[in-house]
Amino acid sequence: MSNDVLAQLRQTFFEECDEQLAELETGLLQMQDGATDSETVNAVFRAVHSVKGGAGAFKLTTLVSFAHVFETALDEIRSDRLEAGPALMKAMLRASDVLADLVSAARNGDDVDEALWRGLADEIAGFCGKEKAPSPAAPVSASDPAPAAFAPQPMAFAPQPMAAPPAFTPQPMALPSLAPAPAAEDAKAGGALRILFRPRVELYEKANDAVVLLRELERLGAMTVTCDLSEAPLLDALDPHGAYLGFDIHIVTDRDEQAAREVFEFCEEDCDLVIRREAAPAAEAAAPAAHAAAAPDPAAILNALRPAPKDAPADPSAAAPAADPPAADKTAAKPADPARAAEEAAAQRAAATAAPATIRVDLDRVDRLINLVGELVINQAMLAQAVQGADGARDPAVSGGLDELDQLTREIQESVMAIRAQPLKPLFQRMSRIVREVADATGKKVRLVTEGEWTEVDKTVVERLADPLTHMIRNAIDHGLESPADRLAAGKPEEGVVRLSAAHRSGRVVIQISDDGAGVNRDKVRAIAIGKGLVAADAQLTESEIDNLIFLPGFSTTEKISAISGRGVGMDVVKRSIHALSGRIFLKSKRGHGSEFTLSLPLTLAVLDGMVVTVDGQTLVAPLSAIVETMSLDAGRLRAFGASNAVIADRDGFVPIIDTAAELGFRPHRRVVGGDKGVALLVESEGGGRSALVVDAIQDQRQVVIKSLETNYGRVPGVAAATILGDGRVALILDVDALVARARGAASEPLLAAAG
Amino acid sequence: MTDTRDTTSAAPIELVAFRIGAQEYCVDIMAVREIRGWTPATTLPHAPAFVQGVINLRGAVLPIVDLSSRLGLGAAAPTERHVTIVVQIAEQVVGLLVDAVSDILTVTPEQMRPTPDVASETTRQFVKGVFAMEGRMISLIELDQVLPHDQREAA
Repeated sequence: MSNDVLAQLRQTFFEECDEQLAELETGLLQMQDGATDSETVNAVFRAVHSVKGGAGAFKLTTLVSFAHVFETALDEIRSDRLEAGPALMKAMLRASDVLADLVSAARNGDDVDEALWRGLADEIAGFCGKEKAPSPAAPVSASDPAPAAFAPQPMAFAPQPMAAPPAFTPQPMALPSLAPAPAAEDAKAGGALRILFRPRVELYEKANDAVVLLRELERLGAMTVTCDLSEAPLLDALDPHGAYLGFDIHIVTDRDEQAAREVFEFCEEDCDLVIRREAAPAAEAAAPAAHAAAAPDPAAILNALRPAPKDAPADPSAAAPAADPPAADKTAAKPADPARAAEEAAAQRAAATAAPATIRVDLDRVDRLINLVGELVINQAMLAQAVQGADGARDPAVSGGLDELDQLTREIQESVMAIRAQPLKPLFQRMSRIVREVADATGKKVRLVTEGEWTEVDKTVVERLADPLTHMIRNAIDHGLESPADRLAAGKPEEGVVRLSAAHRSGRVVIQISDDGAGVNRDKVRAIAIGKGLVAADAQLTESEIDNLIFLPGFSTTEKISAISGRGVGMDVVKRSIHALSGRIFLKSKRGHGSEFTLSLPLTLAVLDGMVVTVDGQTLVAPLSAIVETMSLDAGRLRAFGASNAVIADRDGFVPIIDTAAELGFRPHRRVVGGDKGVALLVESEGGGRSALVVDAIQDQRQVVIKSLETNYGRVPGVAAATILGDGRVALILDVDALVARARGAASEPLLAAAG
Repeated sequence: MTDTRDTTSAAPIELVAFRIGAQEYCVDIMAVREIRGWTPATTLPHAPAFVQGVINLRGAVLPIVDLSSRLGLGAAAPTERHVTIVVQIAEQVVGLLVDAVSDILTVTPEQMRPTPDVASETTRQFVKGVFAMEGRMISLIELDQVLPHDQREAA
């Protein structure tokens, strides 16, 4: 296999790992909430198992070892031999975190310190140890000493990539959900089918898979499969594309041959197939297990020669399915239970059918499509503008057609944007991990309640929300929630609740993070702000103004810097990242009852709601998210302030005026405003301060497509990005925060990153 | 171009020649993406004088460099007759504003003469070498120099 293909497979494996890990965590959280139905447990088991299987194929030994311990414990739970108590669930959730860490380490090719996972692995193994079925019952374990002879050997048939058979012995295979049925079951079931199935090369060439067929057969009843390897050549003579395996299948069922034949409907000509009904299958069914006990196990012999013979899965090259201990355990210890098997099969089917039809698409292609649609929107606007100027507008057919085109473009744009939209669920799930970690570190008891996790937002927004959200959750637990003792003293339940919710509201997504902690200590906040010189000692501040002081740069309420929050990044950074996403953040707090942060974010970064304004003959766009209100430059409200500054009176006081044209360098000097015609855009910038940007006129309010200036040019101070207006010309989008900061003489990084 | 003669630099190259005022310059045709008429550009704040602004090139934002100003020949007063040569410089696409495109030349690298010493420092910085063609002198523009490398910081 070429490196390219391998790299691609690896990539796919890691992508799937992410999905499996998300699935795993969802399942574990459901289990923690008391969902112990077999479907949930199975889903969790499958997730771990898939990760392990894939990891084995890529020889990620650490990952395999850890997943193996995890999987074994899950298997114990799903076979009701281990109770999923709170302590175990907690360990399991931590295990899922560690598993995620190991996956990401494997992805980056990092070395993992064994201390990271060994302790937890032992802890989980400890849970299993107490109730584990004694291993002598196992018909075969990887380390069984095996006499050299050719005899069948049970082979785990777990849903994992089937490795090349490690040996040339016929091997009975047990599908994990279907242990060999005891004789009594056979007799009751009233017969069995014996199928000899030998795929030819053509079968594989037509993309059929023996595994799939076997799984299909499994639905007919309890199945025992013996793999006939007699035709498999030695490795040096093995053609990787050849077909060497035969399967001797025994199914306890009362269905007739036809039912089995239907399974092979599409590949009957590509295999040798004999199906016959057997009346007295009992002895036969038990036989493979009996053979197995004395089975020679070449894999085991190989293992014995290796340094770590007991830990077969740790070495995937030796860990061919035959040597997979959990499956072997299962065959032995788990009594055959057709009802359970059927239930499991049904659950698996349900999972298979419930999976929505999706395709993986390269993100670049989607972005290209989004760009093209953006151009379509611009072109449509240009066309409409051109037609309006010409006589065409009078023709009802033309104007009708234009209206229709307008609607269609809008719809196409929305649909294309929806492709990039992703649910917030993975992000919320990450937060539940943060909650666990911080709760452990602070010794507080915390429950995370999430709502609206299926709310969809643009992928980039989801990605860039991770850091601010993490920080806010940390803050909520570290600073917001009281210690259990204080909570009890305050008459609150010991366990604090952090609520994370998301919802769509009028074209934006609103995310709320609330806690039922102590709320903002306003006296303390005020004192700190005054102590740090952020506000004047005699400043008259409203409650909400005091709350908002925490967003000021350089503010941090923790007196001692803890490891969890207060690492030099404060709420100002959070606010800045939210602003960078064209979002806004508010804080509401009630003393003794907790705090609530509300984030309002755009659904996408590809378009922006903007106010189209004129400044010194140039058309510019101001992001609507930054504008609080607009007001006329009424001479009665203007006051000169110092040599070249002015302020304007608004409801709460005086707001500094910023001459937009001068700040952008269109005019060499700041113009002293007074009696001038013009409009002030009242903006709220980073740090909560208000400023009035003076522009010549407001033209329009519209949605614009964001285009990058940096691709072909570079950053421009005071400008966030560019867009293309209806007349086909480029208009610059103002970076309000940077403009304000510049006007105040401070440098600031441009914030709104371009998406286009 | 895999020809071994390539290493002996005998392979002919093609150049797009254009006029700025009375002088003639040229750029490697492989860098040229397209040639289009002049359109008014949107002024960029705090931009160097030689950056005219940005225009919309089929949905992309394209900076326009007034080559006359860049070469120290004085700012151009663009009219409908001016031409924008869209060139690719490394990862960036930039429009060069010139008076008119005059010719497409096929030359061999040997024909290139070193930049005359007499030229001013500003001009020499952007000229890789000169070609003498039918009594004309055509200077080859060093495209890498047109947008300074520290553009991102300087802009």
